[in-house]
Amino acid sequence: MSESSEAKLDRSSRAATRRAAEAVVGRLISLSGWSAIAVLTAIAVFLASNAWKALSDPQVGLIRMLTGTSWYPTSTPPLYGFIQYIIASLRVTGVALAIAVPIGIAAAIYISEFAPARLKGIAKSVIEFMAAVPSVVYGLMGVYVLGPALKDLFGMQSALTALSAGVVLAFMALPTIISISEDAMHSVPSELRQGSLALGNTHWQTTRKVIVPAASSGIFASVMLGLGRAIGETMVVLMVAGNSMELTWSLTTSARPLTAVIAGEMGEVVQGGLHYSALFVVGLTLFVVTFLVNLAADLVLERQRARWRR
Amino acid sequence: MSVQRNRVRQARAVEAAMKLVTGACAAAVMLSAAGLLGYLLVRGLPAMSWSFLTGMPLKDPPGIWPAIVGTFWLTVGTAAFALPVGIAAGIYLSEYAKRGRLTRLIRLSIANMAGVPSIVYGLFGAALFVMLLRFGLSLLSGSLTLACLTLPVIITSTEEALRQVPQDLRQASLALGATRWRTISKVVLPAAAPGIVTGSILGLSRAAGETAPVMFTAVFFLTGLPKSPFDKVMALPYHIYIMATQPVRPQPLVVWGSALVLVAGVSIVNVAAAAWRSRARKKVRW
Repeated sequence: MSESSEAKLDRSSRAATRRAAEAVVGRLISLSGWSAIAVLTAIAVFLASNAWKALSDPQVGLIRMLTGTSWYPTSTPPLYGFIQYIIASLRVTGVALAIAVPIGIAAAIYISEFAPARLKGIAKSVIEFMAAVPSVVYGLMGVYVLGPALKDLFGMQSALTALSAGVVLAFMALPTIISISEDAMHSVPSELRQGSLALGNTHWQTTRKVIVPAASSGIFASVMLGLGRAIGETMVVLMVAGNSMELTWSLTTSARPLTAVIAGEMGEVVQGGLHYSALFVVGLTLFVVTFLVNLAADLVLERQRARWRR
Repeated sequence: MSVQRNRVRQARAVEAAMKLVTGACAAAVMLSAAGLLGYLLVRGLPAMSWSFLTGMPLKDPPGIWPAIVGTFWLTVGTAAFALPVGIAAGIYLSEYAKRGRLTRLIRLSIANMAGVPSIVYGLFGAALFVMLLRFGLSLLSGSLTLACLTLPVIITSTEEALRQVPQDLRQASLALGATRWRTISKVVLPAAAPGIVTGSILGLSRAAGETAPVMFTAVFFLTGLPKSPFDKVMALPYHIYIMATQPVRPQPLVVWGSALVLVAGVSIVNVAAAAWRSRARKKVRW
């Protein structure tokens, strides 16, 4: 009698402990769910608060920074105009997308629609390898191999130019564009494909008139994500673009994109100073631009997902 | 009749041409990846030796041991911070979250986190961990910064792996009287483990190759082996960057050797993880 009641007590207290543990674990897991929101918010807050010093400085300010064309932190008064760096980012990114978008989409079409199954598997592993290679290694290839080759090919003054950096960035954007486009085409319901083939269309006609239009939002998203990757890439442009402050739209001269400004100067500034703060303004600009690009990609991808959800 | 036949012939010709064009693009991408690997091997293999891998940088011949050790500890530190939070967040999204505005907001944040440039993570880490929390240029600051960067990859792969576990398994466990957490920890997580581990390793290996986020949070060009989490470290990617861009005394052998070690390390870990996952998947059948 006493034994059984003890066992009962033991069991009920064990159940109580377990329920308490369950509640704690559930709470911790829900808390972790917020981690992404927390980190993203923290990034925005820290960028903005550190950028505030430069933004609120009467001699600097956002307007002067965004309209000025000279960046001379050591002059009096210091100048922090960075239009030339924004244009440099556009030059480099433009080259990268001009190469990576057509080649990437064409390669994705081949892999998704034409390639035999075994080749498809190999292609996917190769693309995974390309995505896994660290950016500093791509930078290395740019400095030692692609840059010099392009210099000879186009008769450029230097091997380190916007064009060289753009070509290297194209290689880095390719895996993103190919794998997401291929995914989008692959997830088009096979009834559509078979319906079109049954009507007598060739594979290419099916691809052009059925598959690509049906996957268009995924393809668009892949381009946006590739664009985001190219704008935000640091090591390649730091090593390969040549770091020229000149304001120009030329592709065969050196460039200094936004990311390279931060990476190149952050190590030399006084922490908490005006120059330090100005670099955070550059970082904030990058954050806002990539945020918008990724948001666009995400909204479009979500629409695509909703479309084929059954 | 003949008009129709002509059109068919034309359509076939166009198809053949497009197959050729798209195939050439795919081949060009594959070949350039192969070229990259081949070039790395040709330039990097001559550097490989025991003294290169385990020696110190200022010795003759120079070694990269401190950079290997630094990258190793940075990756371990990243895993220590990112795995618990990332896996828990993945569990939340797959097992606890209801469809709604909050979940949508979380997903949007994850997608956007993945797109934040790595240099911006570096700025964030410098402002928060190095400056505000006074961790200084250290293994700890670098690991925390890299953990933020890796988080979205780990969350996404955990959630995906959990979603592939069939509902029947959960329902059977719940029907036997197991609580929700017991079901998750004893049934769902073990079944999803291969996917979670592989995805996490992919994310961590990307963190190991990052340069920009650790540039002003953890690394130093020449420093010894770390003795505590508050020491600054050397790291392979940063070592490659400095050695490749310094104008005096460039050492191509060290540069390409380090690059080969980095790429080989990342690739071997990834391939091993993928192989393990496919083996584990064959064993478990729903």
